[in-house]
Amino acid sequence: MSNQKPIADNLFTWPSDKPKLLGSRDSETGRYFFPAKRSNTHEQVELSTKGTLWTWTVQRFMPKTPYIGTENPEDFEPYPVGYIELPGQIMVESRLSGVKAEDLKIGMEMELSIEPFVKNEDGEDLMMFSFKPSKDL
Amino acid sequence: MSDVAIIGIGIHPFGRTEGMTGLQQGVHAAREALSDAEMEWGDIQFAFGGSSAAGNADAMVNDLGLTGIPFMNVSNGCATGGSSLLSAYTTIKSGQFDIGMAVGFDKHPRGAFNADPEASGLERWYGETGLMLTTQFFGMKIQRYMHDYGITSDSLAIVAEKAFNNASLNPNAWRRDPVSKDTILNAMMVSDPLTKYMFCSPAEGAVALIMCRADIAHKFTSKPLFLKGAAFRSRPLGSFEVFSPSLEIERGPSPTVGASEATFEMAGMTRDDIDIAQLQDTESGAEIMHMAENGFCKDGDQEKLLQDGDTKLNGKLPVNTDGGCIANGEPVGASGLRQVYENCVQLRGEAGKRQVQGNPKTAYTHVYGAPGISACTIVTT
Repeated sequence: MSNQKPIADNLFTWPSDKPKLLGSRDSETGRYFFPAKRSNTHEQVELSTKGTLWTWTVQRFMPKTPYIGTENPEDFEPYPVGYIELPGQIMVESRLSGVKAEDLKIGMEMELSIEPFVKNEDGEDLMMFSFKPSKDL
Repeated sequence: MSDVAIIGIGIHPFGRTEGMTGLQQGVHAAREALSDAEMEWGDIQFAFGGSSAAGNADAMVNDLGLTGIPFMNVSNGCATGGSSLLSAYTTIKSGQFDIGMAVGFDKHPRGAFNADPEASGLERWYGETGLMLTTQFFGMKIQRYMHDYGITSDSLAIVAEKAFNNASLNPNAWRRDPVSKDTILNAMMVSDPLTKYMFCSPAEGAVALIMCRADIAHKFTSKPLFLKGAAFRSRPLGSFEVFSPSLEIERGPSPTVGASEATFEMAGMTRDDIDIAQLQDTESGAEIMHMAENGFCKDGDQEKLLQDGDTKLNGKLPVNTDGGCIANGEPVGASGLRQVYENCVQLRGEAGKRQVQGNPKTAYTHVYGAPGISACTIVTT
């Protein structure tokens, strides 16, 4: 198995059996932020791994730079994206995995999933977060 | 303080003009505005101008003349044109100068805009993983709005169909061929629920407006128009904006709501006073949501208004009478000024086949864009 590393630092706990997104909470306002903000008043928090789908769309054409996905325009597979409402915290924008566009429904239960995105020059898997349906469809 | 009049208007047709730079299109629009006001460039005391991708507006003085006037470049994303207009308005209102120009132009490459995470204060991974696309934001905002307020895809198509119909009557528009509702609905999906005909494209074009103190306007034209209100707002907490890796759960108003309120307050007018409106239609859903955000209807009422044809040229409140962004494209620097240009043409009664009947006397514009900015104006006869 190839080495795995997060696509960015301070994005989610890794390596971990139960990875979590890393946000921050402003101790003065109580507001949550994602990605985490660096500030004197912010404390880092692990965000909830479960939430509901607030809205969604499908990316149907291959993005231009700065996209680093390694597909070709010919074999590009459209991918769904959406906002996941993490109750009491924040809504997080994410790719949606393990679900077809026709099965997406606002309000459906979703959970965090950390998955390989692309390989870097050293052959390591760059890991990215996504959300997938909590229940089998 | 003096009121502000618009006394000269000029445009370079929108679309694609091979062999002409954006700046040259700006010069074309400026000269047309000068000719419209029967003025020389030497009569202009100051100018604000901008483009997002076609160079510095002040370079226009090489062609227009080295008169030494203050010519300030404006760069404010999708509200660049609106910001130039507002700056010119404020300059005249303050008494600093009597006569000035607001000009905007652009020339963008084909296809969706390239996004730069760092320029937007975002981390690199957000762009690298394919989340930083304006088209996704528009799809997701209208998707939620349709869910909350019962707007149908049919209404999305009605908006686009209207845009192409209006543009077919506008010689300065880019996409002048009518497109049927069925073609729009069955076209390639770009970002669900929006098909390719529901989106505007980056394009080219230029607009220039000459403004002056209202009390001297009759020296230059027999048909002065008056800028009664103009306001700009950035995003408040809780608004849903493009390029947002996260959103507040507690939803708040968009910047449009604040800009619109401030504009009506300045003008001392209400929505019922408005005869025609140009509303930012980056895609069909935006026009629908902006009808409510600008206060012209309640959330959800758009479905009936659109099905009844109330926003067509012969409707109760014609919207985007020149074809809007959907049919004109969005040369960012010029787009907000195009809306004001169209209102001036309509209020002068010079809109030809797309002229709104009944002598419209009041007209509203609304521009909106990344990263959550909005500017509105009210122009009257």
